Amino acid sequence: MSTGLSAVAYIGATILFILSLGGLSNPETARRGNLYGIVGMTIAVLATVFGPRVTLAGIPWIVGAMVVGGSIGLVAAKKVQMTQMPELVALMHSLVGLAACLVGYASYVDTSIVFSGAEKAIHELEIYVGIYIGAVTFSGSIIAFGKLSGKISGKPMLLPARHALNGIGALVVIYYGYAFLQAHTPADGATALIVMTAIGLLFGIHMVMAIGGADMPVVVSMLNSYSGWAAAATGFMLSNDLLIVVGALVGSSGAILSYIMCRAMNRNFISVIAGGFGTGGGTVVAKADGQPAGEVTAISAVDTAELLRDAKNVIIVPGYGMAVAQAQHTVYEITKHLREKGVNVRFGIHPVAGRMPGHMNVLLAEAKVPYDIVMEMDEINADFPDTDVSMVIGANDIVNPSAEEDPTSPIAGMPVLEVWKAKTSIVMKRSMASGYAGVDNPLFYKDNNRMLFGDAKKMLDEVLAALKG
Amino acid sequence: MPLTIGVPRETFAGEKRVATVPEVVEKLIKLGFAVSVESGAGDAANFADDTYRAAGAEIVADAAGLWANSDIVFKVRAPSATEVGLMKEGATLIGFIWPAQNPELMQQMAARKVTVLAIDALPRMLSRAQKMDALTSQAGVAGYRAVIEAANAFGRFFNGQITAAGKVPPAKVFIAGAGVAGLAAIGTAAGLGAIVRANDTRAEVADQVVSLGGEFVKVDYEEEGSGGGGYAKVMSEGFQQAQREMYAKQAREVDIIITTALIPGKPAPELITAEMVKSMRPGSVIVDMAAEQGGNCELTEPGQAVVKHGVTIIGYTDLVSRLAKQSSTLYATNLFRLTEELCKTKDGIIDVNMEDDAIRGLTVIKQGEVTWPPPPLKPAAAPAQVKPAPVAAKKSGHGHGAGEPMAGSSLAMIFGIGAALFWVVGAFAPASFLSHFTVFVLACFVGYMVIWNVTPSLHTPLMSVTNAISSIIAIGALVQIAPPLSGLTEGRPSGLILGLAVLALALTAINMFGGFAVTRRMLAMFRK
Repeated sequence: MSTGLSAVAYIGATILFILSLGGLSNPETARRGNLYGIVGMTIAVLATVFGPRVTLAGIPWIVGAMVVGGSIGLVAAKKVQMTQMPELVALMHSLVGLAACLVGYASYVDTSIVFSGAEKAIHELEIYVGIYIGAVTFSGSIIAFGKLSGKISGKPMLLPARHALNGIGALVVIYYGYAFLQAHTPADGATALIVMTAIGLLFGIHMVMAIGGADMPVVVSMLNSYSGWAAAATGFMLSNDLLIVVGALVGSSGAILSYIMCRAMNRNFISVIAGGFGTGGGTVVAKADGQPAGEVTAISAVDTAELLRDAKNVIIVPGYGMAVAQAQHTVYEITKHLREKGVNVRFGIHPVAGRMPGHMNVLLAEAKVPYDIVMEMDEINADFPDTDVSMVIGANDIVNPSAEEDPTSPIAGMPVLEVWKAKTSIVMKRSMASGYAGVDNPLFYKDNNRMLFGDAKKMLDEVLAALKG
Repeated sequence: MPLTIGVPRETFAGEKRVATVPEVVEKLIKLGFAVSVESGAGDAANFADDTYRAAGAEIVADAAGLWANSDIVFKVRAPSATEVGLMKEGATLIGFIWPAQNPELMQQMAARKVTVLAIDALPRMLSRAQKMDALTSQAGVAGYRAVIEAANAFGRFFNGQITAAGKVPPAKVFIAGAGVAGLAAIGTAAGLGAIVRANDTRAEVADQVVSLGGEFVKVDYEEEGSGGGGYAKVMSEGFQQAQREMYAKQAREVDIIITTALIPGKPAPELITAEMVKSMRPGSVIVDMAAEQGGNCELTEPGQAVVKHGVTIIGYTDLVSRLAKQSSTLYATNLFRLTEELCKTKDGIIDVNMEDDAIRGLTVIKQGEVTWPPPPLKPAAAPAQVKPAPVAAKKSGHGHGAGEPMAGSSLAMIFGIGAALFWVVGAFAPASFLSHFTVFVLACFVGYMVIWNVTPSLHTPLMSVTNAISSIIAIGALVQIAPPLSGLTEGRPSGLILGLAVLALALTAINMFGGFAVTRRMLAMFRK
């Protein structure tokens, strides 16, 4: 295949990738979008393999690597539980990061490509930056994977003077960057490159360790963005426009997702990344003596079923607790039963419910909940006053009225689902422990609120049994 | 030694309620108490002695025997002088007492060295107290019954209908006073299909009226009528004039008027004059729920239903007793909640804890000592009010929610930095870099435009598909595996490069295949 042909193929692939992302604007077109992505990727790979820059000698290696990697990927995709999607995505980000590092190193030691002057400096800078982003993505994603799968504690780990540590790390990276550009032979630059990689890895670990469980949607989308930038940096390094375009697409996609997630928590990106929710003003401690007055009213599964049966409009608000308890199928059974009885059941999804953007939507989709009754927060918030029962399953901060009512609350100003405006709200919860933000939830003490204590799956099974019985 | 709760038969004429019901007896026994019920206590409310016995209560044949053996007595109405005489010394009485209206009774009870909890003296503003609020539960029953009585006396349907025989207009109901009884009446009348209007001197209840399906009628005069404790206060002359005009207008228009206006410790305000009654259409109905305190209507005869000027005026004072089973059940539950508060240890012993705001308010006599009226409640909201200022000030210094105000300047800064960067790039970078840079910047914008269109419900598939797409980095590995080398191979560590590239390719292949496959799997799940 000639250079011209492969360039044209790359353009085709680029268009297909853009169409692929564009297709996700709607569940109807999304499946076709994914297909565009697959076709685009196939074209890009084939055009490269049969293009001018790969000789026949490489084919067996390529086929071997693709078969091994591809089968691992397919098996993982088949086996993964929908509740584990955040872990899988985080793990895959780490692979992109690692690959970017490896390609960067390979490119550095490759002496067959010779540049000089500004071109050389830029090329080396690209390598340096590419490897750094790759390293941060890799180690950050590994930690995110650990946190999401519960292998590492979800609590933020806050080292003393952590901002100073990050600052020193950045200075060292810049210094070695300068040293690296001055190096004349690959061996000279290797030290700088290795030190920088180590710092990049440590920085990635440190950054994600400092971020708590509920900020994970931001972290996962941020790492998604990084993996894109890593690809774009590799594209610069190898002068490959396709890589640059795709990297930029993925990078901006992740960046927008991070922005959406931050906005949904009314926090700015920097403060999320700096880690440690609520540690800024000592407000959490101050809250301890300001417990909302009153007491909670418990309710049994049977009474819950009674309430649901008598209701005309029901809104279910799922949170991470539903994912943990794997309760989505029971939720669907209940929904189906109620809808057959003519009850209007809908779902209200907060943008940061769960551990990654859109997590709840995927779980509900897995449980066969039709997507047209799954509403976004903005679509459904106005409907709560006309709702008979709102049921909160394993969520806390996203339904906390103090975000709207108490200007001193650490989550003040965060948009929340106004479940308390329904005639009755039922909160399913294991115990009275406060949510991730450490903020007590006045919702529990409201007169029209009932608490259904226990494991979400078990309690919902009982509710379902009571509904059918 | 667990205490015995005694439930005597109500002796007040026409009172059909009973202070506890079998269902609640079981719960009281679970709290550790023994329960005895006077024979026939529940008859008027359709609770037979046997059902109490089945629930675990002891049935005592006569009142004297019951009073003598009860440590705690649950009553509905205030006890008569005879009943006070029967009380065991040191016992506790719980029921409606109305200490302000019954000073003599208070003295008699104090002389018996008993403790008296007046359920009507409950501090209703405490949210914790709502489950014990018998005034509310009974008023709700009364409001419901008032509508039923009105419907009974009214000669037409409540709801508008279009039948083969012609069109029936809906009944128009006006409800004066939107307290608990009024709100219950609004809900019931609206439920029957009537057009419901309501008025109250407290403007803040307008939302509640609307939420129950009523229409709030305003008095054309500015004055706020909240008198504390959930009751209205007496209004000024100017206001009353305007109010009378409004009532007169409503009287001409509506079919049914239900009045619920009460001011504590005072005779009921007269809202509906004889003139207004005359102006109503024949066949109309007035239900005067304030009949016991003299009535809101000039022509009301307490306890009677009379027809004057063609209008039926119902002045029953026993609306609650007319729904005795329901009101007894609710009242019994209120008393049970109170008992729970008194007996936190669940061992059948009560503790009248005067530190507790709710119990302090309820207790009008403590061991023979009159403790009524209680000291004013300390305003519960005050401590919360103090806080915001300092914390908020601190917060603004912290820049947590750096939002709208700095948008202009920060935008200018971003543009400035962007311009400087572009200048640096343009000044120093070689042409080949610039072409890639152009592609990069444009691609970022394309990405920005495309991603904003993605529906939030597909954010997870978006992440997995972008993840799959970012395995395009495989291209980088591919071109390094076996490039066509042109002479300059000396010193090229081909083995190392090959190893690195093959590993990178394998890793990205995981991503490529896994990412697309899992996206496909996820998207297949989304269905209508």
